[in-house]
Amino acid sequence: MNEIITFINLYLVPGLTIGSVYALGAVGISMIFGILRFAHFAHGDLMTIGGYGVLTAIWLIPVNPLLLLPFGIVLAIVAALAVDRFFYKPLRDLPTIYTVIASFGVALIFRSLAQLFWSSGNQVFQSGVRRPLVLFDTFRISALHAQVIVLTILIAIALHLFLTRSKTGRSMRAVSDDPELAAVAGLDTEKVVRWTWIIGAALAATAGVFAGMDTSMHPNLGWNLLLPMFAAAILGGIGKPMGAIAGGLIIGIAEETLTYTWFGPDPLIAPSYKSAVAFLIMVGLLIFRPQGLFKGRLL
Amino acid sequence: MELSGLAFYLVSVLIAGGIYAILCLALNIQWGMGGLFNAGIAGFFAVGAYTSAILTTAPSTRHLGGFDLPIPVGLLVAGLVAGLTGAAVAKICVRLKSDYLAMASIGIAETLRLIIVNEAWLTNGSLGIAGIPRPFGDLATGRSSDILYLAVVWAIVIAVYVLSQRLYDSPWGRTLRAIRDNEASARAAGKDVERFRLQTFVIGAAIMGVAGALSAHYFKFLSPSATEPLLVTFLVWVMLMAGGSGNNKGAILGAVAIWFIWSATEILTSRLPPEWITRSSYIRMLLVGLLLQFVLQKFRSGLIPEKSPKTHHPD
Repeated sequence: MNEIITFINLYLVPGLTIGSVYALGAVGISMIFGILRFAHFAHGDLMTIGGYGVLTAIWLIPVNPLLLLPFGIVLAIVAALAVDRFFYKPLRDLPTIYTVIASFGVALIFRSLAQLFWSSGNQVFQSGVRRPLVLFDTFRISALHAQVIVLTILIAIALHLFLTRSKTGRSMRAVSDDPELAAVAGLDTEKVVRWTWIIGAALAATAGVFAGMDTSMHPNLGWNLLLPMFAAAILGGIGKPMGAIAGGLIIGIAEETLTYTWFGPDPLIAPSYKSAVAFLIMVGLLIFRPQGLFKGRLL
Repeated sequence: MELSGLAFYLVSVLIAGGIYAILCLALNIQWGMGGLFNAGIAGFFAVGAYTSAILTTAPSTRHLGGFDLPIPVGLLVAGLVAGLTGAAVAKICVRLKSDYLAMASIGIAETLRLIIVNEAWLTNGSLGIAGIPRPFGDLATGRSSDILYLAVVWAIVIAVYVLSQRLYDSPWGRTLRAIRDNEASARAAGKDVERFRLQTFVIGAAIMGVAGALSAHYFKFLSPSATEPLLVTFLVWVMLMAGGSGNNKGAILGAVAIWFIWSATEILTSRLPPEWITRSSYIRMLLVGLLLQFVLQKFRSGLIPEKSPKTHHPD
């Protein structure tokens, strides 16, 4: 019994937390891949920009960083729309691989801007020890982890409603499923592209703040999360935002629970190899099921 | 700076520039000829560097080996191991859109970095491998050893250039460009697209491994920081795009030109007050990122654009 509680407290909940970060980042990657047809290599660094937006706001207004999320979201949206306008849009008529290269460069631009304007070191949102929440005398969960998981569930529900009920959300799905047909049907593709960036950037900023609060803010924060987010997007199926959320949670849980002492006293996978788990999952998917779990597009 | 100091500096810039030229030629085989995106150059570079370092160093208790083998053996095996790593990645991804290869190549580079940092029995972890020999190390020391090494590096640049040029003009290279430019018609002509792509990626990865080995023998010391993805992967991409992808001369020119600019700005900024020196390195990164965007939009064919070889029409 005690072991189950330990497992939940120390492996499952942290797994769900980092999984939520991957999930929110992977939604944007999956939507951009589905609608704009390219793997967005600057998505991790967009998360970093969002995180620093909130960090700056907190210096001015010292409250709970989660209340200041809108500052990070706005900064990330402005950054995403600007790079789309100046760096990605001019390449839209070329093979999409050129846009992939451009996004690789944008990742570098975002990171160097973060190092220039903020600092290259670690910075924390809030200092001091935070007491965990104790539920039923057994579950000890940090307040931050609880907040992250609950907020991610709420965001997933809102996103689902937006994509299925609103006109814009439905056009986004239409463009993702069949761009030519959508254009013939008279859908405003540019508007769909704009909304893709707005939603992708907003969720990336949120994920960046979650990740930065869980550990600390540093310029490589987002870049280091890129690989598991790509894996999550492929796992969920490209162009399937809900699949990306499931994929992110699965990869987060897999990373944490595989370091549990399943057999004998040693962890199954050394914690220092956590980030290789996502790569192994990605390799397995590309070999056996490149369309992902939920029948995404295979581009 | 006195004249001999300047000459010495020039030699060191040209050695590093030559190693970048080899990387750039390798990327040109993968991207310029094959249209394959490799975002994990640093990974193949690292595999080559560590392979050769472990094979050629004197026996040590800090890492695997060393096996005290001759340097040419180290270079060859470095290429072989990097090529095999490339084959494993490419085998999985060649049938998919090139974006997937890009994602998987980042994955292999990151995973290799984890292995290098964590497996201390193999690589001595973050402390690195010291005492890596340089070719003709017993013939010359100090500056003359650098000049000898410059000759070794550029001899290999020329060898790789000749090889790339032969590949480019061969029926194999023509098929590759046909696949790059119109996959469907190449497939319709009965070409095994996946096999050609796999071969391209493996050859490129193997040459990247040799470049990594050369850098290890140059610095005589190797630590995980030597394989920083920024310096290796990003710079090589910018070099190839600026020099002219698809053109081997362009690849060499791009590598040397960008490396000269990069090193020259380092001299300029080193005279700044200390608090500005760290900042200026971020500004340089920012400018490299912007340069890539400029080249992609306005200067896509590069300094020396690709020229298709003459076709011979029998009358």
